Amino acid sequence: MNYPSKKSLTYNPSLIRNIWNKALTIISALFAIISVLPLILVISYVLIKGGSYINIDTLILEPEPPGDDLLSAGGIGPAITGTFIMSIIASFISIPVGVGGGIYLAEYSKSGKFAKFIRFGSNVLAGVPSIIAGVFIYAIIVSTKILFGSMFSGIAGGISLSILMLPTIIKTTDEALKLVSNDMRRAAFGVGASKFTMITNITLPAAFTSISTGILLALARAAGETAPLIFTALFSRYYITSFDDLFYEMGSLSVLIYNFALEPYEAQNQLAWAASFILVIVLLGLNILSRWIGTLGAFSKNKV
Amino acid sequence: MDKATTSKFVLRRRPTSEKLVDIGFKNIVVAMASMVAVVLFSIFAVVYYESTDSISKYGLRFLFSSAWNPVTDEYGAFTAIYGTLFTSIASLLIAIPLGVGTAIFITENIIPKYIRDVIGIMVELLAAIPSVVLGLWAVFIMEPFIRPFLNMIYEIFGFIPFFGTQPFGAGMMPAILILVVMILPIITSISKDSLNQVPSKLRQAAYGIGASRWTTIFKVIIPAAISGITGGVLLALGRAMGETMAVTMIIGNSNNFSWSIFSPSYTISSMLANQFGEADGSQVSSLMYAAFILMILTLMVNVFAQWVVKKLSLKYQ
Repeated sequence: MNYPSKKSLTYNPSLIRNIWNKALTIISALFAIISVLPLILVISYVLIKGGSYINIDTLILEPEPPGDDLLSAGGIGPAITGTFIMSIIASFISIPVGVGGGIYLAEYSKSGKFAKFIRFGSNVLAGVPSIIAGVFIYAIIVSTKILFGSMFSGIAGGISLSILMLPTIIKTTDEALKLVSNDMRRAAFGVGASKFTMITNITLPAAFTSISTGILLALARAAGETAPLIFTALFSRYYITSFDDLFYEMGSLSVLIYNFALEPYEAQNQLAWAASFILVIVLLGLNILSRWIGTLGAFSKNKV
Repeated sequence: MDKATTSKFVLRRRPTSEKLVDIGFKNIVVAMASMVAVVLFSIFAVVYYESTDSISKYGLRFLFSSAWNPVTDEYGAFTAIYGTLFTSIASLLIAIPLGVGTAIFITENIIPKYIRDVIGIMVELLAAIPSVVLGLWAVFIMEPFIRPFLNMIYEIFGFIPFFGTQPFGAGMMPAILILVVMILPIITSISKDSLNQVPSKLRQAAYGIGASRWTTIFKVIIPAAISGITGGVLLALGRAMGETMAVTMIIGNSNNFSWSIFSPSYTISSMLANQFGEADGSQVSSLMYAAFILMILTLMVNVFAQWVVKKLSLKYQ
């Protein structure tokens, strides 16, 4: 018999295909490095440059009007509380509605026409640009002065953020509940539970970790959003002192960064960097927390 | 027999209160699910309603005129529409090879798994950085850094209209680059997920008949994952078209049309962010018209993305 030489089974680096393989592997590695580079650059600039402007004064003082005093621009305190308050308002609206909608999709109508339409709708809503949410809230709440005659307000800002959180929460609730084993539902019905008891006592607790992962991710996205706030909550340099202040302009970290980055004064620019330091730390913290909760959920599922 | 069952196990009759709770709860969650549809429809209705004045006044002329003059009441969004489409498509062309290449690199077993996992997590964390922070970084760090390179391109290729103006700061090119940074995580993570879902049988079969690693990737793995990758790319396109803050901060915000990618320009969203606050009268309705166009564009891209994923996805059992 005339076998081809044994050589064909050994690796020959000078073959065209092997050279191509090497080259393409190197190119893909290069692409991966280029993709990671922006994260490293942005994070390190924000941490180093922003971190260097952080002190007690920047954290608690109110920002001074630009150009007044070049030595001290004040601080970002009201912006931190503003972002916090508007995220809370957005959560109060979007968590019940989103979790409720997700319960309907997963527990009541798995593949009905209406459920399909709602799933499609929440995908579309997730793709609506955030600035459109701002324009929408401006048109129905700010310009109509429907909230007891107030125009720009923290509440309007919170509502516009809730529109951005809603699709994420619905989707993760829907998917988390679908992952709960049907055996648990049958067992609950078997011992005489009503559907309401079954959902609130069995499936929701079982899906709790995945749902909270989704909520945290939605919250992290909303807290960093600027576009919906620039003409709903506008900006304010002052702390809120009473409940009534919710109905007036409210500052936020993201709008502070946008406004102060474009100021020609160095002191304001420094405040923008300090604000982005706080914002990035909080958002990365939320993301890592949600990842950690996600791994907890996977762990308990394996045990069950 | 009969006695035993009745004495020991009594079939419970559901109290009316329990039934009411059940029905009430169902109605509540139906109402909450409908909120999605209500919000979506009212966004469309409100933006359309607010722009009717402009739509009837300018009609389709609005799409092809780049006049923006509140004094003479003459509005056209050509520059912004061109800017939106050009920046998003150009950034997509840069981000697709980078994103898909990265996704391939972290799904193949070229380097140890923990390093790949770290790269994957880092790219996803990039998505967590708010766009306004990326804009800040672009304005103060990236743009001064790349300006000499852009100047070099201008000096060598300045005779081509695309590079025909001197880069002096904010402009379309830095905006494209920051958009690449923003959409890279979307393309990478969705491509990664769909590459991971390709059954290992396909890969083993390709290796078995003597295909090399990259032949397998190009001829087997990518075609099998193409639906997910296309879906991710289209989602990224939608995101790039609607992206506001980073672009607004770096694109220069000028309504003068120019072919050059170094000159300041506009996108629809940056026009809204810039002018909506201090607009009144017919300018508001013109901005609403522009917002309506942006919404239609992103809606088409998103619906097409969902359709593609459904149509192209191969089922493996």
